Amino acid sequence: MKKIICLVLAVFLLLPALALSSCGEKATTLYVYNWGEYISDGSEGSYNTNKEFEAWYFETYGERVKVNYTTYDSNEDMYAKISGGGTKYDIVIPSDYMIARMIKEGMLRKINKENIPNLKNIDLSPVFGEAKPYYDPEQEYSVPYTYGTVGIIYDTTKVAEEDLTGWDLMWNEKYKGDILQFNNSRDAFATAMFKLGYSVNTTDEAQWRAALEELKTQRTKCDPGYVMDDVFNKMETGSAAIAPYYAGDFLTMYEENDNLALFYPPEGTNIYVDAMCILNTSKNSEIAERYINFMLSEEPAIANAEATYYASPNKLVVNSEVYKSDMAEVHEDVMDILYGTSEIPMQFYENLPDETLELINELWEKVKIN
Amino acid sequence: MKVFSKIYLVLIFLLLYAPILVLIVFSFNEKGSFAAYTGVSLKWYRELFRDSTALDSLRNSLVLAVSSAAVATGIGTFAALGLDRMRLRWLKNSISAVTNIPMMNPDIVTGVSMMLLFVAVGGILQTDLTGFFSMLIAHITFSLPYVILSILPRFKQFDRSLREAAMDLGCTPAQSFFKIEFPHILPGIVTGFIMAFTLSLDDFVISHFVSSPDFVTLPLYIYNQTAHKVKYSMYALCTLIILAILVLLLLVNFVSGIGARGKRKKEIA
Amino acid sequence: MKKKLSLLERMAAVPHIVWIALFIVGPMLFVLYFAFTDKNNQFSFSNIGQLGNYSHIFLLSVLFALIATAVCLLIGYPLAYFMARSKPSTQRILMILLMLPMWVSLLIRTYSLLVLLDNGGLINSLLKAMGRKEPLKIIGTGFAVVLGMIYDFLPYMVLPIYTSISKLDNRYLEAAADLGCTPVGTIFRVVLPLTVPGILSGVTMVFVPSISTFYISQKLGGGKMELIGDTIERQFKQATANAYHVGAALSLVMMILILISTLIMNKISDGDEGGVLV
Repeated sequence: MKKIICLVLAVFLLLPALALSSCGEKATTLYVYNWGEYISDGSEGSYNTNKEFEAWYFETYGERVKVNYTTYDSNEDMYAKISGGGTKYDIVIPSDYMIARMIKEGMLRKINKENIPNLKNIDLSPVFGEAKPYYDPEQEYSVPYTYGTVGIIYDTTKVAEEDLTGWDLMWNEKYKGDILQFNNSRDAFATAMFKLGYSVNTTDEAQWRAALEELKTQRTKCDPGYVMDDVFNKMETGSAAIAPYYAGDFLTMYEENDNLALFYPPEGTNIYVDAMCILNTSKNSEIAERYINFMLSEEPAIANAEATYYASPNKLVVNSEVYKSDMAEVHEDVMDILYGTSEIPMQFYENLPDETLELINELWEKVKIN
Repeated sequence: MKVFSKIYLVLIFLLLYAPILVLIVFSFNEKGSFAAYTGVSLKWYRELFRDSTALDSLRNSLVLAVSSAAVATGIGTFAALGLDRMRLRWLKNSISAVTNIPMMNPDIVTGVSMMLLFVAVGGILQTDLTGFFSMLIAHITFSLPYVILSILPRFKQFDRSLREAAMDLGCTPAQSFFKIEFPHILPGIVTGFIMAFTLSLDDFVISHFVSSPDFVTLPLYIYNQTAHKVKYSMYALCTLIILAILVLLLLVNFVSGIGARGKRKKEIA
Repeated sequence: MKKKLSLLERMAAVPHIVWIALFIVGPMLFVLYFAFTDKNNQFSFSNIGQLGNYSHIFLLSVLFALIATAVCLLIGYPLAYFMARSKPSTQRILMILLMLPMWVSLLIRTYSLLVLLDNGGLINSLLKAMGRKEPLKIIGTGFAVVLGMIYDFLPYMVLPIYTSISKLDNRYLEAAADLGCTPVGTIFRVVLPLTVPGILSGVTMVFVPSISTFYISQKLGGGKMELIGDTIERQFKQATANAYHVGAALSLVMMILILISTLIMNKISDGDEGGVLV
């Protein structure tokens, strides 16, 4: 009996040693920190971006690189983690306003464009027209990955056509209990701001307080569920009828439940650009630039656009017949939904001053514990 | 009465198992959906074994559980020895009281307090302390009271005159400890280790607060899954976990059943 | 007789003492520090002052936890009793059946309940197929949250009660019957009082996780309900909130609440043990 116990203990103690030694191969590690579910990861037989990069790198440069890929849930999560210091990440993919903030705080490194010849594939004119991207005007620190818009997703079997007037759909008492609202302060307040016709970047306290009243009214009158990515499950199973969310994610839901539809409120909505950046603390910036370059080449760019369903700023993707026909299988109006939004007034989130951010948090607390 | 008790037992256990059974049944559903059952398939199991995030989290969980249980058992065994020999009653009582705090506190408070420690100290040192080591420290800390609780009684039950007898017969103190006392407390150490191991494997709440995205354990992976769009391979994972636990429980029961019978036989003899 | 202790024996607890000082006492001090400072690290009562805003959430959490605990006791006691009264071989199987859900992650159990009960979930799909138009809206109500607590924590109630019933000396029951007690009377007059320690430990094991849960209320509350666990979790884990100071004050209050109720329970259980001895 004692021998058995000793054996069991020995096995248990050896296990971690074995597990750790198995990954002791010599290779440089590239640390990529990205949003969750934001890459083609090989599931269900799809393209495995990081594996393909490793193979491509070895073929092209003759060196082994291993991608260490971790994910975050929000810009703020990522920022908190990195600003704490001591992290190893090389590449992050924040949204526009967060890029502006990180540039301002000196957290990003200027990109050596010579290492990214594929930059020629990028075309942001569908988003900015002739103007320069506000968050990084000369594109020195960031390389766009995706962009997208927020719309209101609704269940056509439950929501009447004539109620699709604008953001007030989310305040319609007829759908009490069937409405979902963003479970984060910035996005939730934005829905109220659009309804009121204010700028989502206002620093006027009175306007934020007016938005607070709207959210409180919504809470008492419509009993919304505050969720983030639970929205997929809720909308796909028909457990809720109305939810504001990203157009790309609407397509994901539509695949499971074709009763869903998307509608852009005429008052305007939020648009964002997520872009790849290299951190100042990166020890392998050249490999990081090659990674970014790889991401802009045709195969991975199409695979990622088809995995995430978000709009791509890459010409090779948008002009690809394969991409268009693949996406048409998901939804017949897919190009309109993702790329045909130029008619709707769009607002970017900007990096707000600290006082305003604090005010929003304070007001949000009031909504949540109401 | 007899019939009523049977009906009651069956009913409650049915209710207890219904949701889990649903999960298991739908893990074999070909279409990744709860809306319709399109056919039995192992698709999601194949998918699971291709999902490196899920497999990594399983490996991380095992590594963490084994190492935290090993350290906790080590510290806990010596602590039990020290507590057993300690003559200052107040000191002994206050050490026990402090040790038991994580056992009494809700997990969320333990998790939050540990998170504050790592965040504050990490802030002072300008480094990121969360990750494997913060998890290791947290898991050791909440396992310690259970380890000590399973070893200390063994020390108390031990008849010290046996050791004295051994020394009278020429054993050195060290020999008498390792030959006489240690074998007596060994079962307590093993129980403590197993308890620490399972507690670590199962913990979600405390890990949720002290973890970092670099080191994701199985419960954290499941949490991430249920917070996002759930991959149906997660249901396959859940089914496998449930099966593994069932096998383990049956095995333990079988072994202890044999042990108990053996003991009885010896007693009769 | 006083024997000299070896150096090893005297020093054996030292690593442990250092450990708990660093990782149990230390973190507690940080909770205290954060609870009584503001964001400029100045000493302040403002966090404590803000607690009043959360009183209704505290009350709701206590209420839900109390209901869940009471229902668990009502369902669990007969279950434990019937289990302890069945044949030894059956008992062993029942034990495995009871332990199995305990070892399945709470996350999985709660989520499976959501899958079953959501408006578009399995039960409602079945009802719809049977011709019911409006779904049964369970998720998002207090009922769903309490149901989740009961479902998740019932085994924690049954186990200690079962242990204390099966330890019960059968002669007590025979004596009671001999003295003219009816079977039901025996349960209420003999079994129940003798198993109070088991009940109390079951009550603690259900009440503490119920009052501090955040996952159950997040999932089964459908994002419409906030318990104190959710509030604390939000202060620490939702990046935009980042309100460690208020969160620490809330945690402190919860800790004190649990401490007081544990002390009261210990008092009751000590008193009862004394009673049995007499």
